[in-house]
Order: sequence, then structure tokens, then C-alpha cells
Amino acid sequence: MTDLCKLTLVESVQHIKEKKCAALDLLNSYIKRIEKSDKLNCFNSKDLDTAIKKAKSIDEKKDFSKILVGAPIAVKDLFCTRDVKTTASSKMLENFIPTYESTVTQKLWNEDAILLGKLNCDEFAMGSSNETSFFGNVLNPYRLNNDNLVPGGSSGGCAAAVAANLTSATVGTDTGGSIRQPAAFTGIVGLKPTYGRCSRWGIVAFASSLDQAGPMTKDVKDAALILDVISGYDEKDSTSANKPKTSFLNSLKNNVKGLKVGIPKEYRVENMPEEVNSLWQEGIKILKEQGAIIKDISLAHTKYALPTYYIIAPAEASSNLARYDGVRYGFRAEGKDLTEMYENTRSKGFGNEVKRRIMIGTYVLSSGYYDAYYLKAQKVRNLIKTDFDESFKDVDVILTPTTPTAAFKFGEKSDDPIAMYLNDIFTVTANLAGLPAISFPIKFNKDGLPLSLQLIGKSFDEQTLLNTAYSIEKEVNFKSQVKDWWM
Amino acid sequence: MLIYLHLPLSLMSINKETIKKISKLARISVSNQETNRLEKDLNSILKFVEQLNHLNTDKITPISSVSNEVLTMNKDEIKIINEKEDILKNSPEKNEDYYVVPKVIE
Repeated sequence: MTDLCKLTLVESVQHIKEKKCAALDLLNSYIKRIEKSDKLNCFNSKDLDTAIKKAKSIDEKKDFSKILVGAPIAVKDLFCTRDVKTTASSKMLENFIPTYESTVTQKLWNEDAILLGKLNCDEFAMGSSNETSFFGNVLNPYRLNNDNLVPGGSSGGCAAAVAANLTSATVGTDTGGSIRQPAAFTGIVGLKPTYGRCSRWGIVAFASSLDQAGPMTKDVKDAALILDVISGYDEKDSTSANKPKTSFLNSLKNNVKGLKVGIPKEYRVENMPEEVNSLWQEGIKILKEQGAIIKDISLAHTKYALPTYYIIAPAEASSNLARYDGVRYGFRAEGKDLTEMYENTRSKGFGNEVKRRIMIGTYVLSSGYYDAYYLKAQKVRNLIKTDFDESFKDVDVILTPTTPTAAFKFGEKSDDPIAMYLNDIFTVTANLAGLPAISFPIKFNKDGLPLSLQLIGKSFDEQTLLNTAYSIEKEVNFKSQVKDWWM
Repeated sequence: MLIYLHLPLSLMSINKETIKKISKLARISVSNQETNRLEKDLNSILKFVEQLNHLNTDKITPISSVSNEVLTMNKDEIKIINEKEDILKNSPEKNEDYYVVPKVIE
């Protein structure tokens, strides 16, 4: 019998629609794996009893018309789920039960997908290794010999769960690379849509001008399917875009003939490992052979992207996280008066990285420093965006590596914030410019770890991104080498 | 404020006094041990972001968002979301329909 968990999302739904298996069969095979996979620590909470009820009801009603019918899906624990605990992997929200559902997850359930549980991430999505979670580290299903590796972050639980076949697909969020970097570290596909493509309503906010939800999936087709479901205008998010609805999946084609692909010279960073450089060259070669036109381009302000990000993101975070005051919801510590209660609550409720970012954010927004830091960063953000606008007059997509290295070991960078931040060097630019970008796996390095490439596209042109990634995916035929060592 | 504008950014650095001030503004109490750690981390982050000072941005317009959406009016209609009883369930301390906080007025 087919191992149902190894099916892609598209195949799983097809199986149910064609009655090759019941929704409950598919769900049970996932539950079986999930129950043997606690060691990976992907889940902050599981909702399996409700999941079984929903699968049974789908089977009983015999209505298999919805486009995600019966698909078991766990989501990042940053999406508010009605009546299901939503923690943002923080002590601050350890017992928070939302009274409403995020728009993105509601769209999944509207299409008859089944919630499996909530996936671990860095605290408030702040981190690149999942080491800042209050609920502990997530292990990467890939190891270096027998050493455990980080799954990347902040959507580390999402990435590990997809790679380990613990969910048919998932949705994560990406503020500076939080979908794409962990996708790259675990050999899966991760898509950050254009800012405004998906509603941010009901997502625990980190940096509101950068946050976007997006698919993390086993392959490109699955990413197109999830994007079809979760995208669209939402009157509850004034920054969500009102675009005509088309199906990314139905329009998917593997043809890049005549496509103009930009190769930005500024992404050739110092000390980039040879394996990453040759990976990039391989991607260029494949696209050339398939008839694409390769063009060298310049994104002159690339080196200023990370410094800009580490002013803007903490500034917005310090403002967004002001709501955690121990009064209306979440953790509360005692204090002799109101101010001391606030100060103790926030001191004990937040972890170190979150506090570090709130402090930096508060500093750069404070009187006397605002112009020198925050306003300066907003100006440089404009320069970075203009670089892309200019480049996209000549090219259709931009090809880069997703990350400067493959997955690394625990503790390797956690003592040095800057070393950790450098992980996002190739991914933050898309957030600052609001552009869509996709990471997809190409090959394994000599240690057997996945390496991935990234494509950045024009605003609201996810279709070209998906088509290009799909063409390369067909050529490289990347196959998971996860060995189930934890089971 | 103008004084700072004419100082090169690299002259700014955070000392223990500043940490105390920021922690007050951010309503996060910090221990002495944490202050030492924060002083080191925040200064290294500031040094990193100060690279922006190499760029002349005098004629550049700052942008706060990349969204091009024009705000639209929603229909003026009652929707039932976030009911009082449900919302109050998440409060750390409540009394009837009120949140309870430490005494503010003596």
C-alpha cells in the first residue's frame, strides 16, 4: 500500500476525491507518524481529536468537492486559531486562546482542510534557527553525521514538519526570511508572497510593513495550490490587495523560453562557501539550457539591506509588542503598582532575543535618535526598493542562493546576534521591497544537506516565480533523503 | 535633537545609563547582569546598523510601507466578533465585566 504521508498535497487531495482512500485513512497515517515524532519537537500543541471528528464528518457527508478536502494541515503557532491555543512560542502567550480565527487559516478550513495542530517557531517569529522558542528547539530531520542541526527559523517547526512528512503542507510567515530560510535548511519549497497578497488579519504581528503569510510545501505545485487558497483581499486588513482571482495551480507551466533572468552581482558575498556559488552556477546553467536569457544586473544597495532591516523590524516590533502588558490577556507577573506589574510581566514573559529587539526598537524610535536611525533606514529602504524597480525593467525574475550556508549546528550562532542575523542576507531584500520570493531545493552538499535557490519576482507576479521554480524543479528532480532516524 | 543630527552615528553608543532609560520606556525591567549583556549586544547591533551612515540620503524620500493600496470604506454594518464574555476569558484577573489591575490611585 502507498505510504499516504509521502504523497504531495495535490496528490493527497486527488486520492480523497477519487476515493482511493478515506479522509480518515489519510489523517490516521499522519497521526501515526506524528505520535512517533515528538523528538523533533515540531508541535507546540496537537488537536488530533478534533481532527478525527472532522475527517469522519467529511467521509460521512461524501462531499469531496472542496479543493483541500481532507488535507491534514498543521500551521505555524503564530496564526490565531479560534478556541485553539496560540502561543507565538512565547511564555507571554503560553495559555492564550483566541476568540477568532486568522483569515489565512479560515480560508484553509473553508476548503475542508483539517487542522492537526500548531507548529513551533522562534518566539514571536524572531530568530533564524528556532532556538528562541519558549518551547525548546526543533530538530532538523537532516543531520550532520549524527549531530543535530537547526531547522532554520523562524518557521522552523513548519519546515521540519513538512520535511518529516508530519503535515501534508503548512503555512508559515516571513518577515525577513522566516519561510524561505527554514525551507532551504530542510529541503522543501517556501514561498513568501507579495506584501498584500494574503491578509495579515489574525496573525500575531511582528513587523507589520514586512510580515507576510505563505505556503511551505513538498513541491512547487503544492505551493501554488496553497497560495490559491490563502490569497485574496480581506476587508479586515487594509494593506491586503484587491487583485482579480486566478488559479496559480491551473496556470502553472514549465516553460522559461525567452524569460529574462537577472543575476545580481552584489549577492556574491565575501566568504560564501564554494558549494553555494557552484549551486548558483548550476541554476544559471539549467535556466540557460531551457531557453532563458541570463542577464547580469546590479542591486547596488544590497549590502545595506540587513542594517536597514535591523532598524525597521525592531522598531515596528517594539510598537506591536507594546500590547503585551499583562492586563487583557497573556502572562502577568506581580508588581507593587501598575508600572512595576508591566515591567515585571514584560521582563519575565519575553525571552532574550525578543527583549533585545524591543530595546533596540525603542532606542531607534526614541526622541533624539529617530531621525538618525529610523528615518535613515526608511530612506535606505526606498533606495533598495528603487534598485529592484529599475532592475525589473530589464528582467522578469532574479535568481540568487536562498542562504549563505547549509543548516548549522545548535549553539553555533546563538551567542552572537550579528552572526545569526547574517543568515537572512539574501532574503531580507524581498521583504523590504515587498516582493514575492520562492525558495526551492536543488541538491545535497557533500554532507548530505539540502541546498536551495531563491527566485525574486515582480510585485504580484507569483505566477512567473512559480513557473520558473517548477521548470527547474522538473530538471533537478530533488528527492527527499530524510531517514526517519528519530522514530 | 539637532545636535544629534550633526554627529556621526558612530559616536553614539549605549551605556548602562541609556539601557536603564530604554528599559523604562519599553516597560521591561532589567537586572544588573542583563544590563551588562544588553550593553554588549545592543552596541554590536548599533555598530552593525551604522553602516547606513556611509550613504548620503539627503534627497531621498523615506518610505514606511510598500503597500500601494488605497484605503476603502467598509460597509457600516454590525458584525458579531470578539464577544465580551469570550474576550474576558483570557484576562489574567477580572471582576465581573472589568479587568483588574494593581491600584493606580492612592
